[in-house]
Parts: sequence; C-alpha cells; structure tokens
Amino acid sequence: MTADAVIPFDDAIAAFDPVMGLEVHVELSTASKMFCSCPTEFGAEPNSQVCPVCLGLPGALPAVNAAAIEAAIRIGLALNCSVAEWCRFARKNYFYPDMPKNFQTSQYDEPICFDGYLDVDVPTADGIKKVRIEIERAHMEEDTGKALHVGGSTGRIHGADFSLVDYNRAGIPLIEIVTRPIEGAEQFAPEVARAYVAALREILRSLDVSDVRMEQGSLRCDVNLSLRRTPADPLGTRSETKNVNSLRSVERAVRYEIGRQAALLQAGGKVVQETRHWHEDTGVTTSGRSKEGAEDYRYFPEPDLLPIAPDPAWVEELRATLPENPAVRRARLATEWGLTDFEMDSLINAGALDLVIATVAAGGDQARARKWWTGELTRIANDRGVDVHDLGVTPEHVVRIETLISEGALNDKLARQVIEGVIAGEGDPDAVVASRGLAVVSDDGPLLAAIDEALTANPDVIEKIMGGKQQAAGVIVGAVMKATRGQADAARVRALLFDKLGVVEEA
Amino acid sequence: MPTISRDEVAHLARLARLDLREDELDHYAEQLDIILASVARVAEVAAADVPATSHPIPLTNVMRADVARVWLTAEEALSGAPASDGRRFRVPRILDEE
Amino acid sequence: MQQHLTRLSAADIAAAISDGDVSATEVTRAHLDRIAEVDERVHAFLHIDDEGALATAAAVDAKRKAGEPLGPLAGVPLALKDVMTMRGIPTTCGSRILEGWRPPYDSTVVERLRAADVVILGKTNMDEFAMGSSTEHSAYGPSHNPWDLDRIPGGSGGGSAAAIAAFEAPLAIGTDTGGSIRQPAAVTGTVGVKPTYGGVSRFGLVALASSLDQAGPCARTVEDAALLHAAIAGHDPRDSTSLTDPVPAVVEAARRGDVRGLRVGLVKELSGEGYQAGVTQRFNEAVDILTELGAEVVEVSCPHFDYALAAYYLILPAEASSNLARFDGMRFGLRAGDNGELGVEEVMSLTREAGFGAEVKRRIMIGTYALSSGYYDAYYGQAQKVRTLIQRDFAAAFEQADVLISPTAPTTAFRIGEKVDDPIAMYLNDVATIPVNLAGNCAMSLPIGLAPEDGLPVGLQIMAPARADERLYNAGAALEAALRDRWGHLLIEEAPAL
Repeated sequence: MTADAVIPFDDAIAAFDPVMGLEVHVELSTASKMFCSCPTEFGAEPNSQVCPVCLGLPGALPAVNAAAIEAAIRIGLALNCSVAEWCRFARKNYFYPDMPKNFQTSQYDEPICFDGYLDVDVPTADGIKKVRIEIERAHMEEDTGKALHVGGSTGRIHGADFSLVDYNRAGIPLIEIVTRPIEGAEQFAPEVARAYVAALREILRSLDVSDVRMEQGSLRCDVNLSLRRTPADPLGTRSETKNVNSLRSVERAVRYEIGRQAALLQAGGKVVQETRHWHEDTGVTTSGRSKEGAEDYRYFPEPDLLPIAPDPAWVEELRATLPENPAVRRARLATEWGLTDFEMDSLINAGALDLVIATVAAGGDQARARKWWTGELTRIANDRGVDVHDLGVTPEHVVRIETLISEGALNDKLARQVIEGVIAGEGDPDAVVASRGLAVVSDDGPLLAAIDEALTANPDVIEKIMGGKQQAAGVIVGAVMKATRGQADAARVRALLFDKLGVVEEA
Repeated sequence: MPTISRDEVAHLARLARLDLREDELDHYAEQLDIILASVARVAEVAAADVPATSHPIPLTNVMRADVARVWLTAEEALSGAPASDGRRFRVPRILDEE
Repeated sequence: MQQHLTRLSAADIAAAISDGDVSATEVTRAHLDRIAEVDERVHAFLHIDDEGALATAAAVDAKRKAGEPLGPLAGVPLALKDVMTMRGIPTTCGSRILEGWRPPYDSTVVERLRAADVVILGKTNMDEFAMGSSTEHSAYGPSHNPWDLDRIPGGSGGGSAAAIAAFEAPLAIGTDTGGSIRQPAAVTGTVGVKPTYGGVSRFGLVALASSLDQAGPCARTVEDAALLHAAIAGHDPRDSTSLTDPVPAVVEAARRGDVRGLRVGLVKELSGEGYQAGVTQRFNEAVDILTELGAEVVEVSCPHFDYALAAYYLILPAEASSNLARFDGMRFGLRAGDNGELGVEEVMSLTREAGFGAEVKRRIMIGTYALSSGYYDAYYGQAQKVRTLIQRDFAAAFEQADVLISPTAPTTAFRIGEKVDDPIAMYLNDVATIPVNLAGNCAMSLPIGLAPEDGLPVGLQIMAPARADERLYNAGAALEAALRDRWGHLLIEEAPAL
C-alpha cells in the first residue's frame, strides 16, 4: 500500500488555513454503569460485569445513573456551559457488533450542557498564546463493548477471520465534549489542539470524575480537520482521525493531517470525508473505512427514559462546590509564592503541584516544600521508577520533618535518612527518628567529649585556630560529625569548640 | 401521495440489515406504498403549534443511586450465544473499523 | 370434578384451595389434562411447562399444609404470552429468530406472579413480536378461536385469549400496544384489560413500541381480571417509565359494580360507522342496559381519533424498528449464514431475513422510513403531535364523562386467511382500541353478547383516564352482572364444547 503524499508543514500552512474540531470522550469513574447497576472495575474477567440491560437482551430496560448526571453537570459548569433546564436521551441507530442494542443511548439535539468555553494557555515558539476554545456541547452517552480481532496478520481488523467480543465495557458512562470549529490557530494549530486536550484533562482530574488516562482509554480524542485557502472561504471537507492516544499524538496527528490534506489539494484532488486511524509508531494516518455518504442515524427521543430536568437550585449548589479552575489556581499561587514562570513550570512538570499545595495547607513553608518535592523526593521516585505520589511520603510527613529541622532536632543529612525510613515503611518521622536513633545530639556532654578526642588526635589545630586560621576548626567538626555518625549539629560543635578555646568565632 | 421506489426499499432494507431477495423488493415496494399513503394523512392535521408527545406520562428525573451490583455470571451471559469461546462472544469478521 | 375444576373462576379456585376442598396439584393437573385434550386443535400454547407448574403447585400445597397464609391467587393456573421473559423457559415472541432461546432472567411480571404463588402453565402463541390482529403472523402457525376453530382468536395475543376461552386456564397475561389484549378478548367472549401506561412493569416484556406497550390481565370474569391486575401492577425501579402511584383499588371496584350516576360517554368517532351490524346492535343494547342501571349516557366527540390509526402506524413501526435491531444473531437467538467466509454485516442481514416474517419486515421498513433524515418531521414528528391532540381530545371528553365506551372491534372473529394478505384491512381491526394506547390511558373489553348474523362474541370497550383503572372494573362489573342476570350464566358458557 502506497503512503499518502504529504507536503512540509510550513508550506502547507503558507498555502492553507486549518480549521479543527476536537471531540473528547471522557469515561466516568462511577461505581456502576450508565443505565444499569453493573460494576465498572477495570480488568475483570470478560463478560463477568454484564446484565440483561447492558447486554441488550430482549425485554431489558435502562435506568439512569444519578452520579453520571451529576458528573455531566459539573463538567459542563467547569467548562462555563449552560445547563439544560430540560433535556432527553435519544437513540442513535446503527449496527455494530460491539453495540448490544444496535443503537446507542445518547443525546442528540438536547445535550445536558452547551455553549461553554475553555481559556487555554498554549506554549508556542512565539511564547504563550492565550486561546479561547468554544465548547459547543457536553452530553451523556454509553460506551460500547470491546472486540478482539482474531486471525489476520496484525491482530487489527483487516484480514481478521473473526472477532471475540467482551461487553464489560458496554454501558459505562461517557461524556462527549465537542468544540465549535477552532479557527485562527494558523501555524499553531497542533499546539493549540494539544494544549486544549491537556487543559481539559487537568480540569477533569480536578473534578475527580474520571481517571483521564489517555493510554488506558478513559480519555479519548478524535481530531477533525479541514483546510481552506483563506479564512474568508467556506469550510473545506474534513477528515476525522481516531486512535489518538496521547497528547503527543494529538499534536502530531494535526500536523500530519494538515500536510496530507494540503498535498491532496495542491495536486488538484479532493479531501474525502472519512474516518482515519492515527499510527503513533509510523506517524501517519490511514483510511479507516470508506464512507459513501454519512450513515443516517435516525435519531429519536429515547422512549424508555424520562426527561432530565435538573433543579436550578441543585445546579447552583454544584457550581458553588466546584474546585478552583486549575489555570486560575496556578496563576494565583505563582503570585502568592512569588514564583517565576520557570519555577511554576518545573513544579508542574514534576507533577508535584498538588503535593506542594497540600504541604503548605498542612503548615509547611512553600519554598521548603517545593525543594523537598521537586528535589530529593522526585529524585528518589525516579530512581525507583514510581510516581512521587506513590512513595508513601505524605505532605504531613514533610511538614513534621521541616519542624524537626527548624527545632534543631534534625539536620538536612539526618532528615534524608528519616525520609528513607518513612519510605521503607518504618513508620512516621518521629517513629523513624526514635527507632533509628537519628536525633541530633542535643546534650553538650557527649559533644565536648568528642571535641576533646578530636583535639587530642589533631594537636596542631589548636595552634592554627589561636593563630587566626579559624577554618581549621573544620577538621575538628568533621571528626566530631564522624564520631557521632552525623548526629551532631555542626554549628553547635563549632560554638562549643571556640568556647572551649576561648576564641570568638568569626562570622 | 408517496411513491416508494424499488431503490428506496433496497436502501431501507440495507439500513435495517434485511437481506431481501430481488423478487421481494417489488412486492414490498407495493405494500409499503399503500401503507405509507394511508399513514401520510397525519400531515392533514394542523399541528404547527402543537408539542410532540414522546412520553405519555409526565414524569421527569427518574434516576437510580450509583451502587454496583453483580447480576449475571459470564456463563449465564454467554448461555444464549450462537458462538463463543467460553469467555467471549464470537462474531463473524468485521470489515469496517468503527 | 376434573372437568368442573377447569370451569371455575380464578377466585373460586383460589378459595377452594385455601379452604382445602381441592389441592393446587389437582387443579394444575386438571388444567394440564384439558390442554392435552384440546390444544392440538386450539393451538393456544407454544410451550407447556408441566414440571415447573406442578412444582409450584406442590409448593402451594406444602404451604397450606404448614398453615402458612395463601395469597388471593395462590395455586391458580395461568397462561403467559410468549413475549414475556421467563428464566430458563423458551421465549420466542412467536418468531423464528428466537427459536429455542431461554432467557437468563425473569420479567418483573413473572417475578410477581411467582411471589403470588400463581401456577404458570406455559407460554402462549402470538403474532410475531406482537405485530398483528389475528395471531396469523406467528411463525409457529395460528391459534384458533374456540367458538369456531376456522376463525382467528384475535391478535396479537390470540393464544392467551384462546386459552381462557377454551378453559385451558382461568387467567392469562397478555400485552397490549394497540388492542392486542382487548380485541382478542372481544372476539373470544372474554375479559381483557390494558392498564394505564406505566401501571405494570415492562421489564422483561420484549419491546414492540416502548411508549405504547403494556402487559395486562386476561380472564373470563371482571373480578378475576381485577385480582390478576392487582397482583402484577405497581412501581418497578427497573422500568423508568413505571408509575410510582399506588395500585388503583381495582378489586374493590370489581366487587362494587355500581354505575348509578356514572357519566358514560359515547365517542362519536367510534360509534360504529362501517362496523358489522350485529356488533353495533349488541353495543346499543348494552348502552340501554347501562342506562337502566342508572348511568347517564352522553355523546362526546374526539375529532382527532380519525387520525389515530395513521399516527399509530408511524409511531409503532418507528420504535419497533429500533427495538428489533438487537436481533442480529450475535449474542442470542438464530444466526444464519455464518459459514466462516461471510462478514458480520452479511450474517446479520441473512439472519434477520431468515428469522423475521413479512409483517415484521414491513413494519421495520416503515419505521426506518419514518425516522429517516428528511422524513422525520413529516412522519414520526408529525405523528407525535397528533398524539398530543388525541390526548387533549380524551382530556376534554373526560371532563364530560367519567368513562367512555365503544365497540371494541368493528367485526366479530373473521376467518383464518381472510385478511392476512391485506395489511390495511388487518390494521383496521384496531381502529377503536388504538387511541387509548396513544394517550396512555386504560381500557377494558368485556363480552356483551353474540352477533345475530354469525353467533360470534361481541365485546364492549370501556375507557378511563390514566391512573383511574378502578373505573373500568366498577363499570365492567356492573354490566357483567346485569348481563349475567339476563342470560343466567356468563356468555362464555355458550361456547361450543371442544
């Protein structure tokens, strides 16, 4: 099969104006499915989380999950949408073996949320661009089962002998979020698309409605793209690209499609309205199926379900309890903490912003908290190949350790040993200090004894210090630290030494 | 008066996944034409300002709590399957990717 | 005694069992024997569950022996229309596409019957997927009217009505989308009720038209129908369209039967213009009786009823075309053409072509057409508006009358084969019953006599507002009692011996 022709991105952008539409499907993390009470656990035995309803057996009827309605409204509110006063479910009719009823219960012309927007900061080569993405709608629907294609050469559909279907996923609640056509992105279209999906993911995570793991399929993105000569021209024919399973793929798929469609149009050809499949390994899209004319879904209101009319007072309650918009929160904290963009970015890149926030909330200092989480703890997490959230160290632990340091009970070196103990599961900081005997020696007696020993071993030091070479004290301090296995406070040792010698310590 | 053509019947049959034989197409076209002519009289009713009724009873907000409950075992789920491998439903090859 | 047991009403059977005069097992055996004796000719049943029935009967007998209290229908045999799921028992909906399918779950109606200790004898014949008015569209052959075996017993629930009329069971469950309980009741001289939409759970009722379907009681007396109605009705959280209201006091109403001062509306548009002469004659006589009993008869007009048939034959096929999409040979039922070579689309199409009968295919295609882009507004959309107007007509009529009446069907039972090739002629059987389903109201058919020209049963339809089902039973009981007094027996007693 010959590869599609592509022209370089810059050339494509010079000749055409891209318009994008992004459709994101969010799998909700509810306990039960959208229209039945089946569990939604990941990784269960095939067809062990099904019932007459989600299996589409004759006679079965749907019953709406209240938590899914609530999640849908919260998502809409977080995206500045209007919430419908009254809306219905609709049947989308088409045949496919992973769809038990051969219709999907969805929403058509009455979505529960509509007319919203998301302000996105898009990092580009020209700096951060602020873009407002308009959200046309967010509506509720149900997921399909999963088909495994057997036979054929690659395990993908073409050439498969038969398929095996597992309906555990059928009926899991989905929220579909659809943007209005995104115009004016020009050469930054790939970045805009990526930034939008990233921002959306962050909001969804803050709402705690979904795992939003693109690689696991709980967040799916379909990229629609068309080209036109100039913004004054009507919209061109668009392609729809699926299997875009990461932020990187979103950006790359947009870039590729622009190049592919431009090549087609430059050569005098026509873009076909079709569904395409993104291949991350080869970096191209291939034609998914030939659609001669769009399928007629014959939508009509779902007669087995009654209309949903969210109580306005309840909607306001939900609005009041929304978490702060993540971008707004970031800007606020950067100002409060006096961070540069770079410092905030480092914090976000380490994936530790929420941990720092929690540490500050537990009484810690933000600079020290940042140092711990983006420094030592991230280093340890990377060494172990785990996420810094999964180390077993809590914000409260960090606050306690900092308190012990400021009280002089721990120094930085001891503190790192305490952290090791906490990670090893030996208990909280105080427990580790006690069991490992890591406290800084606070009694002067043992310190003076150790100083005497060190002076005896290094007789020339006294003369040097008396002669004005105070830096020679470092030898004694080092020896005492070694003798006490680091459990001495170096500054205290120095002070005792100079006091003993009757010398005033120079600052 | 709608006149439904053979081609239209073939299109409807395809949409509904009914593999009608060639000789059946004309027969059904004739019958569907008669039926459609008789039901088309709904158009005679002046109903521009009338709301459509999709549900005969005026209920709203019928929902259930988000509580999981196991119902069928995999064996029960597969019990009616025309073909299976004991764990999954086996279906003929799918040509088009969705 | 054996034969006598099958002639008893459900109420009398229950009393006899509860009093210890007879055991539930004896009653069940008597009915199974009756089925064995006559069903080859009547063909009311598609499947008989002797084992299950006798087991239930034995359990009732054990309960009684242990001194446990028995419900009002304990031990009473019942025939179940084959459109309702019953765990482990074949459920075909009269179609080849479900031949041999044993559901892994009980419909809510069956759960309630089991809880009431009703003995389910088996599944009854029906037009395929409840599409029809004669039971001739069953893939398993028609059922026969016990009054004349060459005639249809009505449809789609002809099997249930025939079973009752042939004394194979005192009770049956039917389902009614456009008259499929009431019209068979009318042509077999029995009682059938379509409850208010939402009054009885549809969970486990294989859907035809979701916004029109209702399961309901079939019996030989109004009181028996009331007892069954009370046993199966009530809210079901698994059916989002089920009513949360308390079940109407139907049994009490059936035992009251007092129509003094009741305003009875005659619907002008269902007055019998073009109906069989004998049907109209008996209807008019019944109206006179109601007047004698103290009812006040008024004439009402429901002008949009003239469009009810057209709206119905758009809404039903549209919803049915979607409801029947799941029958594709992938997860249950028939699979045809899977030779390992053909793709899934072809196998689905071959399966549906082989598994569905002509009437089902016709309605699927009409429905697909009515929902198609470009046609939706003119057909389905418009039909739903006509539906609103019909609801409004009813509402206006019920301001002037407490119940409305009409003949149930335009003719008595026609001959098998007479109308089966003429879809429109077949559809016209439902002209009087359809408006009730479109509005979601409730209605009953009860026997009011035999048509003089052919000696076949005629039914009268009583209609009441939604959630006022008790009005049906009150008026029906009064009329039934008056007619029984006049004849000295129930009309069904005049059915020829089989």
